[in-house]
Amino acid sequence: MIRAHLRNMVLGGVIGLIAPLVATAQDAPDVRPKRVVSINLCTDQLAMMLADPGQLVSVSVLAREPESSAMADEALGWPINHARAEEIFLLKPDLVVAGAFSSQATVQMLRKLGLPVEVFEPALSLEDVSAAMTRMGAALHQDARAADQVAGFEARLAALREQVVNRPRAAIYYANGYSVGDQSLSGHILATAGFDNIAREAGIPVAGNIPLEVLALLDPDVIITGQRYPAASRSEEILDHPVVRHLQDARLRGTIADRDWICGTPHVLRAVEGLIGLRHDYEAVARGAGE
Amino acid sequence: MSLLAISDLSVTRRGRSILRDVSLTIDAGEVVGLIGGNGAGKTTLMRAALGLIGFDGRSSLADMPLRVRAKQAAWLPQARELAWPVDVQTVVTLGRIPHLAAGQRPTQADQAAVDTALHEMGLDAMRHRTVTRLSGGEQARVLIARTLAQGTPLVMADEPIAGLDPGHQISTMKIFAGMAKQGKSALVSLHDLGLAARHCTRLVLLGEGRIVADGPPQSVLSTDNLRRHFAITAHFEHTPHGPIFQPLEVLE
Amino acid sequence: MRRLALILIALVVVLFVAALLLGPADTDPWQSLVALITREESLLGLVMYEIRLPRALLAVMIGASLGLSGAAMQGYLRNPLADPGLIGVSASAALGAVLAIQTGLAAAFALGLPLSALAGALVGVLLVLALAGPRGSSLTLILAGIVVSSLAAALTSLVLNLSPNPFAANEIVFWMMGSLADRSMVHVGLALPFMVMGWLLLGGVGRGLDALTLGEDAAEAMGINLMVLRLMVVIGTAAVVGASTAVAGVIGFVGLVVPHILRPFVGARPSALLWSSALGGAAMLLAADITVRLVLPSKDLKLGVLTAIIGAPLFLHLIHKVRKMSV
Repeated sequence: MIRAHLRNMVLGGVIGLIAPLVATAQDAPDVRPKRVVSINLCTDQLAMMLADPGQLVSVSVLAREPESSAMADEALGWPINHARAEEIFLLKPDLVVAGAFSSQATVQMLRKLGLPVEVFEPALSLEDVSAAMTRMGAALHQDARAADQVAGFEARLAALREQVVNRPRAAIYYANGYSVGDQSLSGHILATAGFDNIAREAGIPVAGNIPLEVLALLDPDVIITGQRYPAASRSEEILDHPVVRHLQDARLRGTIADRDWICGTPHVLRAVEGLIGLRHDYEAVARGAGE
Repeated sequence: MSLLAISDLSVTRRGRSILRDVSLTIDAGEVVGLIGGNGAGKTTLMRAALGLIGFDGRSSLADMPLRVRAKQAAWLPQARELAWPVDVQTVVTLGRIPHLAAGQRPTQADQAAVDTALHEMGLDAMRHRTVTRLSGGEQARVLIARTLAQGTPLVMADEPIAGLDPGHQISTMKIFAGMAKQGKSALVSLHDLGLAARHCTRLVLLGEGRIVADGPPQSVLSTDNLRRHFAITAHFEHTPHGPIFQPLEVLE
Repeated sequence: MRRLALILIALVVVLFVAALLLGPADTDPWQSLVALITREESLLGLVMYEIRLPRALLAVMIGASLGLSGAAMQGYLRNPLADPGLIGVSASAALGAVLAIQTGLAAAFALGLPLSALAGALVGVLLVLALAGPRGSSLTLILAGIVVSSLAAALTSLVLNLSPNPFAANEIVFWMMGSLADRSMVHVGLALPFMVMGWLLLGGVGRGLDALTLGEDAAEAMGINLMVLRLMVVIGTAAVVGASTAVAGVIGFVGLVVPHILRPFVGARPSALLWSSALGGAAMLLAADITVRLVLPSKDLKLGVLTAIIGAPLFLHLIHKVRKMSV
């Protein structure tokens, strides 16, 4: 008896909390969301670019990490969350934006609690970047601002494109020998910058590991690695392997910070610019060797 | 020259006194039977004499460096441990360890000692059998052979004949007697007082942590000692076939 | 005995050459060997000398270490279930290694990594010996092993989870399952001195282990210094397992499977089992590493996965046998 009574009280309390939120969403479906919470590094950045002041309530903790976030400084202006259902719920959001890689359990829980959750797929191409901005604009009811920014992004991208005759062969090589292929955002960025991706020769369409000896024998013209993370890991030791060192010493090396191409945001243009600069260096060296 | 000299040896374990002021000397050519009831301290005395456990007092063996002692006295523990399924010959050859320098293989002399020990214990036909598949009595004989192969002037054996069939009990005791004839000695703990009376040149009776009697069998196995330390009566008689000792009744 | 030695040596040589010639990259065997031997200044030479040679050398060194330490532990504890991986010595070594990497000790001074792994292994061996007793029954030995390895694994996970490095947390599986991927001559150099020391120590315990067949009392009465023997086994095991784990993570079951298979061929003599298990371990790890490279080259299949798949059923069989013996 007592237990049943307690249960009713608890459930009643929860329903009481949810009811007003659900009611607002239903009463005025066209109203711009006022309390948006982002729980994914990529949606954080899109939301920060597109939201009105005060519209975005919180971003994820990763948004402030300079290694992975292209907008780490901007993110200081927002409270952070750790993408946990409890804390998100207590922020009383009227919209949660999440990535496809956000914890499914958290997303399910938030939906069960009656919160609308928009899940964004990761960008796999530069077209996906525009699409993600447009979609975030729609979710935040900031369509005009999104359209502006998409136009700006595409104009800058078009200006960067060059006609490349001899495309150098580049390898993107990360911790654990991880590499990405043509059908990934980084792959598209590499192609846009005028490189051929060696991952294709290694038989990797999207992403996978290139064994070190395969990398060495493919003999890339350029090796592009990520920046180092703080503290050591065995995974990153491969970047100190004598073979990688040797290849880098004999060839042109480049570093593109993860933050510049992890997420499909206009900040990928920095990666495109960096890679184009690298290609120009390569061409200069190649010309020097030719003369 | 004595092969073992113990003086004022006391052992205390976990606050309990097990042996007190034991003095014992074993000379060449003796088969000394160590007798006494369960818990009298027979095993403790032999292990202390070898220096395997801590004690107060002196023991000539315990004073020796490990390797020297191993050439002076061989030890047959009561527990018959055979951890691995090795063959009989391998076990007996282990007895030659004290005679081998580091990394040295057994020489012909070592092999001869092993063969003799195998032969003495009637194991010639079994030398390639796996010890863990032998019967308990057969294992006991293998372990005695290992002790003999060590070729020491003194053999100390803790209940070596327990579990042997009568024939092998007698032949084992005769091997010890044969050793004594060659000027070696044996210190053997026994529960079979009949065999002790027949085959030992001397008996040492332990009771309440002390040596209560030490001398030829007929004097140690006195009616009084049997009553006080074993609570039994017995029949003891010298016959043309040698001394015969037969326990009779338990005293209330 | 000599025949067994020749067979095992031949097996190790064949597998070693195979390990040099097989890999994810298709290379011409003859050219590869020429490139390796002449230390050719080509990419193929680089691949042979800096990738395949250290990997094959480490497989031999680590396999021999694990086989040897397994045989030594079993001989010392007189229990066929003792294996440095199963009783938690390797897991403790992994904890030491992870601590060295995460505290920066490994970066600050080159030998920090193997030394710290050795210290971890030493704590692991001593804990297991203290918990299981000098002649641990199978039950107490395995229980002690479970306690030590789960605790060490949990602490390893904790250290990696607390690391600010995003890759570190994903490395738990490497430390628990072991791999030789992407190792270089640097790792060979780090591990070798400690392994040589351990091999010398463990190589010297054969006679003592033979004597221990008859029990501690009998061994000591045969002139074996049990204290010295114990120290040699403990420090030798810690040295070889620590060095192995520091560069390749925990690779279980090698020290269990190899002595178990070879025991009948050496007449169960603990001393003969030492050298034969070292050779057998080298062969087993070479074979296992060739397999992981050929089966799933792009997935970095962990070595410990393979050795466990081979070893676990054997372990079950052994438990069954030991139980039957004790009844």
